[in-house]
Amino acid sequence: MIDSELQTPLIRAENLTVSRGGQPVVNKISLTVNAGEIVTLVGPNGAGKSTLIRALLRLIDCDSGVIQRKPGVTIGYVPQQLEIDPTMPIDVRQFLRLGELSSEEDMKRALEEVGVAAVIDTPMQGLSGGETRRVLLARALLRDPDLLVLDEPTAGVDFGGQAELYELIRTIRDSRQCGVLLVSHNLHLVMAATDRVLCLNHHICCEGQPDAVTRNPAYLELFGSEAVASAMAVYTHHHDHQHDLTGAPIEESGHQHHGHDHG
Amino acid sequence: MGMTMDDFFFMALAAGVGVSMVAGPLGCFVVWRRMSYFGATLSHSALLGVALGLLLGVNPMIGVVATCIVIAAAVFSMERDPRFAADTILGILAHGMLALGLVAIAFLDNVRVDLMGYLFGDILAVSTNDLIWIYGGGAACLLILGMIWRGLLSMSVHDELARVEGVPVSAMRLIFMLMIAFVIAIAMKIVGIMLIVSMLIIPPATARRFARTPEQMAFYAVIVGSLSVLGGLAASATIDTPAGPSIVVVAMVLFFATAMPGVARRQA
Repeated sequence: MIDSELQTPLIRAENLTVSRGGQPVVNKISLTVNAGEIVTLVGPNGAGKSTLIRALLRLIDCDSGVIQRKPGVTIGYVPQQLEIDPTMPIDVRQFLRLGELSSEEDMKRALEEVGVAAVIDTPMQGLSGGETRRVLLARALLRDPDLLVLDEPTAGVDFGGQAELYELIRTIRDSRQCGVLLVSHNLHLVMAATDRVLCLNHHICCEGQPDAVTRNPAYLELFGSEAVASAMAVYTHHHDHQHDLTGAPIEESGHQHHGHDHG
Repeated sequence: MGMTMDDFFFMALAAGVGVSMVAGPLGCFVVWRRMSYFGATLSHSALLGVALGLLLGVNPMIGVVATCIVIAAAVFSMERDPRFAADTILGILAHGMLALGLVAIAFLDNVRVDLMGYLFGDILAVSTNDLIWIYGGGAACLLILGMIWRGLLSMSVHDELARVEGVPVSAMRLIFMLMIAFVIAIAMKIVGIMLIVSMLIIPPATARRFARTPEQMAFYAVIVGSLSVLGGLAASATIDTPAGPSIVVVAMVLFFATAMPGVARRQA
């Protein structure tokens, strides 16, 4: 993407600091997300990833720093958790219409795009973890977003499903050319679907292309030897498939995972 | 038919149904947002509002609404304090305010206050003026609720997602709180301060079993609430039970009766 240097970033943060109880949870972080680009925040639990996302979305106040959004930018947000009270009778159709008053046709198209066309009449509480993530994604897509912000988009999804979800996010980026900012705690899974990685532990430890980051000493120190082993196992696997023109993977048979369990 | 269908009865019925029409839809949000203890805290503060109203010589209903707003604001600001669980703060305010209300009422020695009426309702003493409050204010309440319904529903599903999508969450929360304060003020006459939350909670909980959409649940809650009022008043008229508590007992019976296996429609 040659012209990415020239375009205005969708969102830009400079020297962002957010403190909790006197301690900086997010410490002087700067980042930009451009159109058509997937930026991934990785880091251990409690590293301030969600705090940073919430600050960027203006859900919490910052102690210092600047956040600039490109004027008129529409953000689609997929939060980490969705716990609808069981006393609320609400199906997928009604849930989608809470975000955007979309037509039946648009909703069906969005659900199809995220691969869950059949759930439109299903009560929200009856969805699996993976289906819930996809419905949340559909709600974000119905806003026709310039920037997708996804906080742990694979939370509550089994391992095989996680890889598929990241694949889907890349497909969406390819077809819509929107910017994507996503949070993940396991980099090796998002490798294939990421242009740039920011490794976070309150401050930015390292940043750059995914393959460079995984070899960076700061990254290895943060994630330990487990990161090396899983990166080897999954990272290589992720580069052995091709995509057709629509972005769908061609060799589905090569996607089985065996005995690799992430607690 | 042993009961006498006199004017008192119809006035009471009109008042009870009027309150149910507002309490049903609002109560759904109280249930969805798990705010029943918050509702109890506000309603327990209502007695203090009555005392203040009488003390200042204004309509006690205005005193109740004003007090509820102050208490709600206090809850919202104190909830941010990490030293106390929200639950603890609500407990302190609920009982503290009820006690303060009882103390304040005792100071009003030049006014005769029907304490039992305020605590447990006095629906058979409903006046035309009360009906004007219930239907006038209730209509305004429902109109506003209809206007903010989608946003309020969205933030009840996921507060932050709603905010990112542009719902003015703080304003909505304020409006919602004002409406709850208003319902407490008008329901006080019907079932009394101690039992107001039941009007907000029980009909929606019963309606949940039959509803497939949030809107259906709100509508069925109005029906269930109105049936409870009718049943309670009928019991009061025929076997001379206290009207307010009878309404709540009928509401509870309806809840458990529909909870029996085979009664509720199975969800697909």
